[in-house]
Amino acid sequence: MVRGLISPAGRFVRESGRIVLMLAESIYWAVKRPFKPDYIFQQMEFIGVNSTIIVIITGMFTGMVLALQSYYGFRKFGAEGLVGATVALSMTRELGPVLTGLMVTGRAGSAMAAQLGTMRVTEQIDALTVMALSPIKYLVTPRIIAGFLMLPVLTVVSDFIGIVGGYVVGVKLLGINEGAFIDKMIKYVELNDIYNGLVKSAVFGIILSSVACYKGFYARGGAEGVGRATTEAVVVSSVTILISDYVLTSLMF
Amino acid sequence: MEDKAIRVVDLHKSFGAQKVLDGINLEIEKGEITVIIGKSGGGKSVLLKHLIGLIKPDSGEIWIDGVDITKLKEKELNEIRMRFGMLFQEAALFDSMNVFDNVAFPLREHTGKSEHEIEKIVQEKLNEVGLFDFAGKRPAELSGGMKKRVGLARALILDPEIILFDEPTSALDPIISLTILDLIKETQTHLKRTYVVISHDILGMFRIADKVALLANGTIAEYGTPREVRQSRKEVTMEFLNATKVPGFSGGES
Repeated sequence: MVRGLISPAGRFVRESGRIVLMLAESIYWAVKRPFKPDYIFQQMEFIGVNSTIIVIITGMFTGMVLALQSYYGFRKFGAEGLVGATVALSMTRELGPVLTGLMVTGRAGSAMAAQLGTMRVTEQIDALTVMALSPIKYLVTPRIIAGFLMLPVLTVVSDFIGIVGGYVVGVKLLGINEGAFIDKMIKYVELNDIYNGLVKSAVFGIILSSVACYKGFYARGGAEGVGRATTEAVVVSSVTILISDYVLTSLMF
Repeated sequence: MEDKAIRVVDLHKSFGAQKVLDGINLEIEKGEITVIIGKSGGGKSVLLKHLIGLIKPDSGEIWIDGVDITKLKEKELNEIRMRFGMLFQEAALFDSMNVFDNVAFPLREHTGKSEHEIEKIVQEKLNEVGLFDFAGKRPAELSGGMKKRVGLARALILDPEIILFDEPTSALDPIISLTILDLIKETQTHLKRTYVVISHDILGMFRIADKVALLANGTIAEYGTPREVRQSRKEVTMEFLNATKVPGFSGGES
């Protein structure tokens, strides 16, 4: 019984340690010449630009449903005017960063793990090593930098679109007074709310890219191994994002 | 100055409880093709990967030009690796790049040559392996044999001293196998580099080998010229060679 608990716990500690080591190594390669901007831009496009549509759709509907839900709540004591502020605060502080993190994990994190996993099992990673080149520098560093830079950008998009969605539902569909909606939003949302949300999203970007790279990089066992690495990458980074969200929120706000 | 290209001394490696290499001693001559044959799953790939530092041994030494590479740090190891080329079993071409960029990659990363010079060298190499017209293709569009030829071009592009081949004819039909083997032999005759080939394709290997080593039970059971190995009376060698005889044929005499 005790043994059954210790071994997964040991594995968790060991894996976390190895992910952190990989992250440290990729930071080392990030500051060591020659720089590889092309590889970083490629990954920024893949993680950032290509995720825009899915982030817009999720942000939009989240903002809309938030407006709808909070409207039914606030109407009971005649405070419909607070819907705008509620939507904006929820989006910027919480839902923008977290949903973006989860969506990008599903879209780009899974693909990263699958790509690196395939490169591992087809010996492409070994081929880089044999050429006296660091696979971390060429494959992992660009992805982690791109995750770190692009998640905040996507979160800004998500925050903005979510608020627009909330506005459309609240003002146009439910008939909340436009002046009150915007006024309260400006009054209650502070720059710090947005800023802290963006800091969280940058952390999520590092988490999802380093977990996905780690799982792919150390995949083994052919197609089955790549599949397993992909699944684990998504599950582990989603859970880690949600846990670290609580920790970061309790530290920052 | 060592007169051997690579000297392996008492090399041991286990994975868990499974002993894969159990005291390998092997000297690889400069400027020759040394073929290491043995059963599938018998540790040939593991041995080959030790030679270039992809796997660290449990104990033992690997000497290359007076340096024991098993004791080196990654950075020093990379200096040794610059003198190697390797053709992987499935060629291991980067599938994010086309054929030209794959072959050009080592040149771009390790030399200060201009794009113009690189283009000239790469086209020449692609010509040598007979794939001049395929420069713009992606690896996924190539057949197994073509991939290996691109892999060979990439392995040779920096003109390394030692080239390692991991099962160069596996998963190829007999005719394509022959063209790959001939290409290996041709380039070696021409370049006079040290080639180390591992394979279980005995017939093909006797065609190109200068020296043959038989890996069995984790040790080198037999070593010599193809003729010496063929005439060996050791039980393990005879068993291995007999397994390749086809009834009615003369069993690989060429």
